[in-house]
Amino acid sequence: MINRRVAVTGIGVISALGPTVAEFWTALAKGRCGIHPLQSVPAGLLRFSSGAEIIDFDPSAHFTGKEINYLDRFAQFAVIAARAAIKDAGIEWTNALRERTAIVTGTCVGGQGTQDEGFFQLYGQKANRLNPLTVPRTMANAGASWISMEHGIRGPVYTISTACSSANHALGHAFWMVRQGAAEMAIAGGSEAPFSMGMLKSWELLRVVSPDTCRPFSKDRHGLILGEGGAMLVLEPLESARSRGANVYAELAGFGMSSDAYHLTQPSAEGAASAMRWALGDAGLAPEQIGYINAHGTGTAANDSTETAAIRSALGSQAEKLLVSSTKSMHGHALGAAGALEAVATVLALARGLVPPTANYLEPDPECDLDVAPNIARHAQLECALSNSFAFGGLNAVLAFRAL
Amino acid sequence: MPDDLSQRVISVVAATQHIAPEKITLDSTFEELGIDSLDGINILFAVENEFNISIPDDAAKAIRSVREMVEGVDKLVSAGSGAKGALAS
Repeated sequence: MINRRVAVTGIGVISALGPTVAEFWTALAKGRCGIHPLQSVPAGLLRFSSGAEIIDFDPSAHFTGKEINYLDRFAQFAVIAARAAIKDAGIEWTNALRERTAIVTGTCVGGQGTQDEGFFQLYGQKANRLNPLTVPRTMANAGASWISMEHGIRGPVYTISTACSSANHALGHAFWMVRQGAAEMAIAGGSEAPFSMGMLKSWELLRVVSPDTCRPFSKDRHGLILGEGGAMLVLEPLESARSRGANVYAELAGFGMSSDAYHLTQPSAEGAASAMRWALGDAGLAPEQIGYINAHGTGTAANDSTETAAIRSALGSQAEKLLVSSTKSMHGHALGAAGALEAVATVLALARGLVPPTANYLEPDPECDLDVAPNIARHAQLECALSNSFAFGGLNAVLAFRAL
Repeated sequence: MPDDLSQRVISVVAATQHIAPEKITLDSTFEELGIDSLDGINILFAVENEFNISIPDDAAKAIRSVREMVEGVDKLVSAGSGAKGALAS
């Protein structure tokens, strides 16, 4: 069987920390938080008041009027991130490469904003009609399809929806396709735009959203803060990346998945640990090689203590030596895009030798007693890193990266 | 065909497709204007709203130009399928 090493050669991000990778990384390195008072819905209608929104996003800076008709905000984020990643990778398209390139995107709630608006018109305003493009704007694969059309990419193109693990599942599948030779290149990641009143109310009622901000692993944490955005990575065989002289950020070395088979919303340490073990095994790595874990780290009481136990279970004594941080404390929890934003944070941490902090941290919690790099980034020469995503429904997906 | 109606149809096409109205004439075909089937759905929606009419699916599929759109709208408005769009002229 073909078993090629896979390089990350392009990255693109749009998030609450800014519309570019440079701004994303600068904010992460400085521990700057992109969480602000909510702007997309009227104040006072929700029990929480903050979100990691992309403030002042202007679609017309990126798309023609006709394109805006076609694309929900979540798909726009996917397309913008993919453009940036493709440009960053310096891909020179040929007909053959377009036929052998894959696109795998992740999203949790897809074009729910379009649906929410339309349903408000139907049920709230008693309108008889809604946007005639509601179906293609809402479909979860809208971003993947548009990226394919825009760049003429004709290989395997699909979308994975596994709630908060969507992007990690997407990246993992794309990675395996490139590693095994089913694709010569892949553009993979995720995008999300969850800020509609219907979606925010739904989250409010689950009672997992923090009333103020997101403080992962901190004793006084009160929950997650929703975020939005998109991130895409270009994956290609390391050998071809080197032969074409491409900039290589890091190697995507392994992918592990598991299901808790336990509960719709309560996490399980054993399920999470199992996915980390599978990722290590898939990459052929020992726990001692892992210097950093970009945690799922949502900032809920249940996730952070469970994840701490899972890291100890999977990595043994190495858990006491490595750094763990949750960048969700800065870019928010972007659901189906989260894993992709965090994959970019992880490869940049490896490439630059700097671990982004866990921001907004106030007080140690004995149940979250790993070194979570509170508030200030840490310089560290890292060999390898993991990036964790654990979804509602008990679906776990972990990526393993190696510095090059 | 009343000029007023033609102008209103052209305005709707221009607005939904982000094309300058002066670039659209009665003889413009949808193909010339770069309007594909999905754009057509958007235009039909806006035209139905503008004239308060309901364009049947079969008729909608046959429309390939601005003139055909205007003729179709004229017929539906004249048949009294809508009140709001009834023309004064």
